Amino acid sequence: MFSLSDKPITPETPRNPAAGAFVTFEGRVRNENEGRPVQSLVYEAYADMAIREGNRVLEEARQKFGVLDIRCVHRVGHLQVGDLAVWIGVTAAHRDAAFQACRYVIDGVKRRVPIWKKEFYGPSDGRWIGS
Amino acid sequence: MTLRIRYFAMLREQAGVSEENIRTSAATPAALWEELRQRHGFGAPLSALSVAVNEEFVSPERALRDGDTVVFIPPVAGG
Repeated sequence: MFSLSDKPITPETPRNPAAGAFVTFEGRVRNENEGRPVQSLVYEAYADMAIREGNRVLEEARQKFGVLDIRCVHRVGHLQVGDLAVWIGVTAAHRDAAFQACRYVIDGVKRRVPIWKKEFYGPSDGRWIGS
Repeated sequence: MTLRIRYFAMLREQAGVSEENIRTSAATPAALWEELRQRHGFGAPLSALSVAVNEEFVSPERALRDGDTVVFIPPVAGG
């Protein structure tokens, strides 16, 4: 399941006895981008479409790699350096599928899901990334 | 026809609104974008954007229908 959260993300622990592997990815707010110190950032989403498209990415990964379950939570709102921006958890019978599905999901989310990021370098110095 | 246009990220800031309903004769998102560029002074060419109609990515040449919700999607940057 893909979801958006305007509150800090709490990573989950799977409870599936068929899951021999559990791979997670945590994307965090880095303190610099392209040589500029980043103080904080804002994520904005087209929520309905982001959830729909995010769930499509997860379903593709589930079918392609045959994993058991995938969860992905993406933050929206104002985040500070070090904050968890995106969390992905994949359970599978074996590790190879779990690693590959996790990679597929973060790459797909970054490429296709309508979420935008504005970085702040100072109190009134912000820039939308990708613009 | 009347369309609902929603704006996000830099386009929302440039337009000064997060959504609006407009009456238009634009037959496609490509034609609509030219109209909106004039209306709001957007600088981005359509080639820099993706288009979603009713929450689905579509071709800029797809025919628009009365009541559609149209979003021009700037480059995404999640993750």
